[in-house]
Amino acid sequence: MITRSAHEMSAAMVKGEVTSEQLTQLHLNRISAVDQQVHAFLHVDTEGALAQARAVDAARSSGEKVGPLAGVPLALKDVMVQKGIPTTAGSKILEGWRPPYDSTVVSKLKTAGVVILGKTNMDEFAMGSSTENSAYGPTHNPWDLTRIPGGSGGGSSASLAAFEAPLAIGTDTGGSIRQPAAVTGTVGVKPTYGGVSRYGLIAFSSSLDQAGPCARTVLDAALLHEVIAGHDAHDATSINAPVPEVVKAARSGDVKGMKIGVVKELNGDGYQAGVRSRFEESLELLAKAGAEIVEVSCPNFEYALAAYYLIAPSECSSNLARFDAMRYGIRVGDEGAASAESVMNLTREVGFGREVKRRIILGTYALSSGYFDAYYGSAQKVRTLIMQDFTKAFASADVLVSPTCPTTAFKIGEKANDPLAMYLNDIATIPVNMAGIGGMSLPCGLAPEDGLPVGFQIMAPAMQDQRMYSVGAALEAALLTQWGSPLLSKIPALAGSK
Amino acid sequence: MSQLSRSDVANLARLARIDMTDAELDHLATEMDVILAAVARVQEVATPEIAPTSHPIPIHNVTRPDVVSASLTPEAALSGAPAQEDNRFRVPQILGEEA
Repeated sequence: MITRSAHEMSAAMVKGEVTSEQLTQLHLNRISAVDQQVHAFLHVDTEGALAQARAVDAARSSGEKVGPLAGVPLALKDVMVQKGIPTTAGSKILEGWRPPYDSTVVSKLKTAGVVILGKTNMDEFAMGSSTENSAYGPTHNPWDLTRIPGGSGGGSSASLAAFEAPLAIGTDTGGSIRQPAAVTGTVGVKPTYGGVSRYGLIAFSSSLDQAGPCARTVLDAALLHEVIAGHDAHDATSINAPVPEVVKAARSGDVKGMKIGVVKELNGDGYQAGVRSRFEESLELLAKAGAEIVEVSCPNFEYALAAYYLIAPSECSSNLARFDAMRYGIRVGDEGAASAESVMNLTREVGFGREVKRRIILGTYALSSGYFDAYYGSAQKVRTLIMQDFTKAFASADVLVSPTCPTTAFKIGEKANDPLAMYLNDIATIPVNMAGIGGMSLPCGLAPEDGLPVGFQIMAPAMQDQRMYSVGAALEAALLTQWGSPLLSKIPALAGSK
Repeated sequence: MSQLSRSDVANLARLARIDMTDAELDHLATEMDVILAAVARVQEVATPEIAPTSHPIPIHNVTRPDVVSASLTPEAALSGAPAQEDNRFRVPQILGEEA
């Protein structure tokens, strides 16, 4: 049962084959059996999840109309606040904090009857590509426990690949949904910026952050997307327009006559051979399904990484100023006549990890008088150029595609001491965030040289998210025909599995 | 050429309100040089005629009618406070007075 898709689990509940309480208990058992090895979860809310499940079962048996994902369990990235449930964003500075309110995403999940199992591990404040920057220890990739599960949402992606949850919530600032999906053989979608409310999402880089669905199939991601998306008056950047018809697109998977643009600059040198070959094969499958493959050029993408590592740290240096040891979170050194400022300085020294400090210092520098124009100002201009590249490319293609990441999952510790090497993981995912458009990653096979999953990225213009789902569903169906069973059926069994 | 000295990093840390050890400052000064050299590439294409983009979508101020609506209770608002007193956040001294 736990290896099924969320859609299939829902169908089983409708038919009366299983209750939500039983389904939830099966996932809690799975977490108990394997999470010591995977470490996808920072907190498991056993009682809360079972209570939510019983409530859905009661509603269903009383004949109440429930939504398509009612009773299906989900793993929530720990950057999303949930009332009364420990929320740390992977940081020591928030250790022990229980938020007094629900984020809009959590409210929508609860309304839809989705059962929240617990909070998943992540790079501290979503800064990282490996989940090694969590203050609570790394998460391990279920494909190979010595490797990273991606980041920052490595807990969410690993929970899906380890069958600890069929659905998860991620957030994507530079690739934190898509890169973890790619390296774990799962599906992850960054919706159009403003498509999903950021209210109650602990801010890292406000002009780039976007929450989105993580799942094992394209349809499941679409079903979850529809639950969490939509206008929210609590978020000034929320788009007040109808949610794109993502479920309809995922069900049809029709790409006949669609123009798919291959981004010349996001392939080639620097991309692993097996990543390239799986990507090329996927293009052939899409062509066979009736799409027209064209090549597009986005010459300014080569500056995206540099611009990102100025814009994101600048915004984070401002956003993280709220962690001042006064109203919530830990407080260190509040003794005798210590001043508020000295308590603040000491708390931030103890509470923040290395990568967070590195980015705060970089951002503070980039925003400082005398350097603002050369760094932050220039990065904002590059952002304009990247958006212009996308506009031109979308004039000749309905969607753009690339490998999601240059390589498959690397070893834990391999890049931990080389920030620039770590940042290169996001080279193909960052342009999407800079332009505020939608991006999806879905599995397109295993790299022959290491047997690890490869991700295929689809990018669509703002508020045209349904196009990613059409292409994603078409490719998923073609690959499934070729493989005979889903990619995750090839994952090695974890110790403790039945 | 070193762009940031250790004392520059110490000044940035002071502005960012983070105490840092000498070892951390030394380490960061070295790392900042490498990172700044990499990100400075933005200057190659950022010519004066290009307009900067701060946000991917147009941002409008959002207001609501000025009426009382539900909000956190004092207990909920104080629930995460490191210290509290008389239904208020208790903070360390903010002025230089005698304790």
